[in-house]
Amino acid sequence: MPSDGQRLAPKEARDVRVLVLTGYGLNCEAETAAGFSRAGATVDLVHLSEMLERGGRADALAGYHILAFIGGFSFGDHIQSGRVFANRLRFRLGEALCRFVDDGGLALGVCNGFQTLVCLGLLPGVSRARGTPLAAQQAALVHNDRLGYFDTWVKLAVDPASPCVWTRGIGPTIEMPSRHGEGKLLFLDESLRDEILASRLVPVRYADASGAPTEVWPDNPNGSPGGMAGLCDPTGRIFGLMPHPDAYLYPENHPDWIRQRDAGTLPAAGLGLRIFENGVRAALAG
Amino acid sequence: MPIYRLEIENRPAVPDALATKTAQTLSAWLGLSPARIRTRKVYLCDLDMSEAEAKKVLAAIADPVIEVAALGALPDGEPGDPPVILTVSFLPGVTDAVGKSVKTACEDALGRTLTGQVYTGTMYLVWGLPRADVERAAAEVLHNPLIQRIRIDEPPRKPDLGVPRAGATGAPRTEIVALRGLSDEALERLSRERLLALSVPEMHATRDHFEKEGREPTDAELECIAQTWSEHCKHKIFNAPIEYTDPAGSTRRIERGVFKTYVVAATEDVRKARAASGIDGDGGDFLVSVFSDNAGVVRFTDECHLVYKVETHNSPSALDPYGGAMTGIVGVNRDSFGCGLGADLLANVWGYCLGKPNHTGALPKGLMPPRRIRDGVHHGVIDGGNQSGIPYMRGFELFDDRFTGKPLVYCGTVAAMPVETAGRPTHEKFTAPGDRIVMIGGRVGKDGIHGATFSSVELNESSPVQAVQIGDPITQKMMFDMLAEARDRGLYSGITDNGAGGLSSSVGEMAEASGGAEIDLARVPLKYPGLAPWEILVSEAQERMTVAVPPDKLEAFLALAARREVEATEIGTFTSSGRLVVRYGEEKVCDLALAFLHGGLPKVVRTARWSPPARAFASTADRDGALAARPIGDLVVSMLAQPNIRSGERYARHYDHEVKGLAVVKPFVGVFRDVPSTATVMRVRHGRDEGVVLGEGLHPHYSDLDTHAMALACADEGVRRVLCAGARIDRMAALDNFCWPDPIKSATTPDGEHKLAQLVRACEGLYEACVAYGLPLISGKDSMKNDATLGGVKISVPPTLLVSVIGQMKDVRCALTLSPRTPGDVVYLLGETEDACGESELSRLLGLALDGVPRTAPERFAARYQAFAAAHEAGLVRSAHVLSRGGLAVALSHMVMASELGLSVSLDGVGAGLSPAIALFSESTGRILLSTRAEDAAALEARLAPHALVRLGTVEPGSSGRGFLRIRQGGQTLAELGSDALRRAFQEESHAV
Repeated sequence: MPSDGQRLAPKEARDVRVLVLTGYGLNCEAETAAGFSRAGATVDLVHLSEMLERGGRADALAGYHILAFIGGFSFGDHIQSGRVFANRLRFRLGEALCRFVDDGGLALGVCNGFQTLVCLGLLPGVSRARGTPLAAQQAALVHNDRLGYFDTWVKLAVDPASPCVWTRGIGPTIEMPSRHGEGKLLFLDESLRDEILASRLVPVRYADASGAPTEVWPDNPNGSPGGMAGLCDPTGRIFGLMPHPDAYLYPENHPDWIRQRDAGTLPAAGLGLRIFENGVRAALAG
Repeated sequence: MPIYRLEIENRPAVPDALATKTAQTLSAWLGLSPARIRTRKVYLCDLDMSEAEAKKVLAAIADPVIEVAALGALPDGEPGDPPVILTVSFLPGVTDAVGKSVKTACEDALGRTLTGQVYTGTMYLVWGLPRADVERAAAEVLHNPLIQRIRIDEPPRKPDLGVPRAGATGAPRTEIVALRGLSDEALERLSRERLLALSVPEMHATRDHFEKEGREPTDAELECIAQTWSEHCKHKIFNAPIEYTDPAGSTRRIERGVFKTYVVAATEDVRKARAASGIDGDGGDFLVSVFSDNAGVVRFTDECHLVYKVETHNSPSALDPYGGAMTGIVGVNRDSFGCGLGADLLANVWGYCLGKPNHTGALPKGLMPPRRIRDGVHHGVIDGGNQSGIPYMRGFELFDDRFTGKPLVYCGTVAAMPVETAGRPTHEKFTAPGDRIVMIGGRVGKDGIHGATFSSVELNESSPVQAVQIGDPITQKMMFDMLAEARDRGLYSGITDNGAGGLSSSVGEMAEASGGAEIDLARVPLKYPGLAPWEILVSEAQERMTVAVPPDKLEAFLALAARREVEATEIGTFTSSGRLVVRYGEEKVCDLALAFLHGGLPKVVRTARWSPPARAFASTADRDGALAARPIGDLVVSMLAQPNIRSGERYARHYDHEVKGLAVVKPFVGVFRDVPSTATVMRVRHGRDEGVVLGEGLHPHYSDLDTHAMALACADEGVRRVLCAGARIDRMAALDNFCWPDPIKSATTPDGEHKLAQLVRACEGLYEACVAYGLPLISGKDSMKNDATLGGVKISVPPTLLVSVIGQMKDVRCALTLSPRTPGDVVYLLGETEDACGESELSRLLGLALDGVPRTAPERFAARYQAFAAAHEAGLVRSAHVLSRGGLAVALSHMVMASELGLSVSLDGVGAGLSPAIALFSESTGRILLSTRAEDAAALEARLAPHALVRLGTVEPGSSGRGFLRIRQGGQTLAELGSDALRRAFQEESHAV
């Protein structure tokens, strides 16, 4: 059920087709599929090996409106998180990915999926022109300042001026779980960073209790500068973030759900669902 | 083939988190203060590629934004300021999961398959420490010589191209082992030298069997028998007839052994009671599969059953805490996955009994400091669980110096099993003669040889290093994903884990169903050449399962595996010959009658005699004198800082609590999410509201007084925990995990008869609790040799029983936590408080030996819990918490910290004539703290008054937003403590570790 009262037309939403790529140590397929399904879309879970079997044709992703890059430990995060999986995509499905993006396809990357999108150069995606191959990587998600995987709920400040279609109407803050070991976002150089900030391509930032962006642990679990928790491309249609909206589909996922219910503030559905609904809505809008 | 060395490090401006962490650890543990550390990844590629290709690989795997990389060596800092360079890499044959992924990355970059291997390492460039200190850091913190090797360089250096290639050339051989005519002494020596862990009577039975066959056994046959008959696999002590002399001095014989007499009997009695009461209606038996499979299975919904298994991995964790614990968690994942035709993994649990982390002073040679074991065990289970995509739901640590020799490492997994798969009940395997035997997952190496027999003996200087295994969770995850697909398509008829005993056990067990098996070890894929057939047969190399595939499904099964990059190999066929036949190519290396293998183990009658050592206890006067000297508030705060009371959040936050998106009541609760929950609650399937509830009980300290009371306390606490969270009282089940010191009398264990009597009494207590609470035992594990003798010092664990309870809810939205909710609510204590401080946390806080173990009255308590569950069902309970270690004081503190509300409580009705300290710290079992709305108080009292209900006080608003605990007695305030003071003591960060 939509969480914000604005129901998506169920019939139309069903026409939105979502591809969730699985396999090689990724593990958030069930909750990602549940998120898009609850938002009304039609979801295909497909092992990446099946996509590669299709010969890596340029139209391998045709017919899908949304591509989901899910969380997990692709190839164990060995070498670097997302690296081996992203290379496989780059070498063997690169053309299809470019075509998908050029055709206005939407993409959501969560955690390992965000790391993958960054390794692929699809985020922040400022330097690639239409019709060209995948760009070189320009940003990186590096080890948390405090080494190691860390699990905590975080509050994200949402930038209403960001072109990101996935975060539209959400805010000023949204909470969700964060759990990763490599989430600190760095850029190739300062001019790129300035360009990204000027273009408002950072839709979500770790925030303190007051809702202000923070670099202080544990509100900011990885030390990301300026609290940057995610990125979108200039079209706003490709969005990646470290925290997990897919793990907040039910109101009872929230650590304070009993307190919220006592206070009369428990939402009808988990607020992470709003990200999925926004994606489906954007796909319907074309 | 040339070897290419790749070195990769962060650019100077990019922080190096591993270096920062390493510097912190060296400072905290060893007092070393290096000026600076940098770390570097090293990959040695022993692959068939050219230099140009190696450069292409390097460009593909190094991060262009944050890293610098070189083929060969990177510069080692500025000339004139050289670091000492420590390189840590693996010993030959040790699983190198990262190396496997690097090879995959190389293949992807070059677009072709490669032969050979990649070997990985980590370089630490250390400035400002002399070489000797770096060597010390390597020895004491940064490497484990059982699995890793080190190299120390000082610039200028030549890039080291040495790779730890494993294996040997030469034809694998099978030996005939002559047993005929050997004396008992010679048989005993043979068993010891080959690490067979077979007793002389067992060697006799083996010798006699082969005499009847008219030949001598091969080494493979002997190994196969040893694995199958190991304590680990056959639970000999649990199944042995026992001559038992009880505390009253009367002797009787427990003919069927403790397992059948108590554990199985408890479950059967519960099953009968359920059937008699008609409680399960037409929905089918609650007990779907118990004791017969890798894990226990109970009914849950129309759509899926619940599967649960808890294992221990103690001996491997003592040698290599990281690898041992990791293989503990990924190993138990295979148990739950491999139950029936396969179940979907849902949640992990863990628990560690460890030496005190602040242990100072000398340790016997060969033992790691407890803090290093603790750190390694946590990180092993963190990596194994997180990388498998399974959240953890329960975790605990318990500290006692008797766990310094062998730590106890409990790992468990809950899974959801579809009721039906491809038109068949999922909980039943249907392996038939003619089905092909397929080994799937990882390859076989020498790692993990003799794990089963090794864990069946004490730990000592000659413990085999090859018993250590390292897990590769990603290989396993890929295997599970593929097997789940194969299961849903009905491509196999049976499955089991390759755990203890390797193929000898997995094929040997599955062969019982069909009536025989024949395999060819030459077909088994190896990590490296040179393994003898017997080694292939018993290797416990990880990430492998054995699958029975009907012949008409074989092609589809193998094709799916190939497509998912999972190695699957047909190695033989299930038969009905009654024999386990093993070949190596043409040569027959093992031909054993299954009847002998599974039924030939001679039974030995064991003797158990209750004969506790005499102990002196502090007098009541001494105790009360010690208590009188300390204000109540001071005692409460000191209690919260005790090692076994503290929050435990420090390590827990590194485990994934949230993956799968189904968690409802998580391991930590409260406004600051730092209070350990009473029990945890989780949805099982997306879109459904039924939930699983997990809790447990563990009280090894009570064993020092009475194991009967100990076992009752464990079962009681597990039950209370899940009920407090709102579990249905009619759908609880439990697992029993016994970890005992060697209970067999011998020269090194003169008190074995008493330890066995302790086991009997524990089983009696467990039985009584289970029958009274309607709590079937659905699976379990016994580990009977938790002793270490090192440097002439023997350290034995206290008799330890973990009771893990799995409960169910119809609707997770009815779950409760320990946190009180609204000012004005009324707080009650349900259940009697007695003077029960024997082996309590209070006794350890005071440093006094106290008598008086908590006495559990399971039948009376069961009635109380029925009334409590009914009150919850009626909506009268707003929060609930157990009283456990540390008693009322700790439970109240939890409630204050979790809610940040005030609790104002009176001890006036707590216990009869107890002093305030005893009322606060007694560990009487059977008690629940609960809160209700003021307007419901009368209704609640009407229901629960017959069950010893005491009104303690009310919930009040916090003081300036912060909670407080006010304790009163007789109109006097004994203590008033703010939540900040409580939390300061409770959080481990504020203690030096």
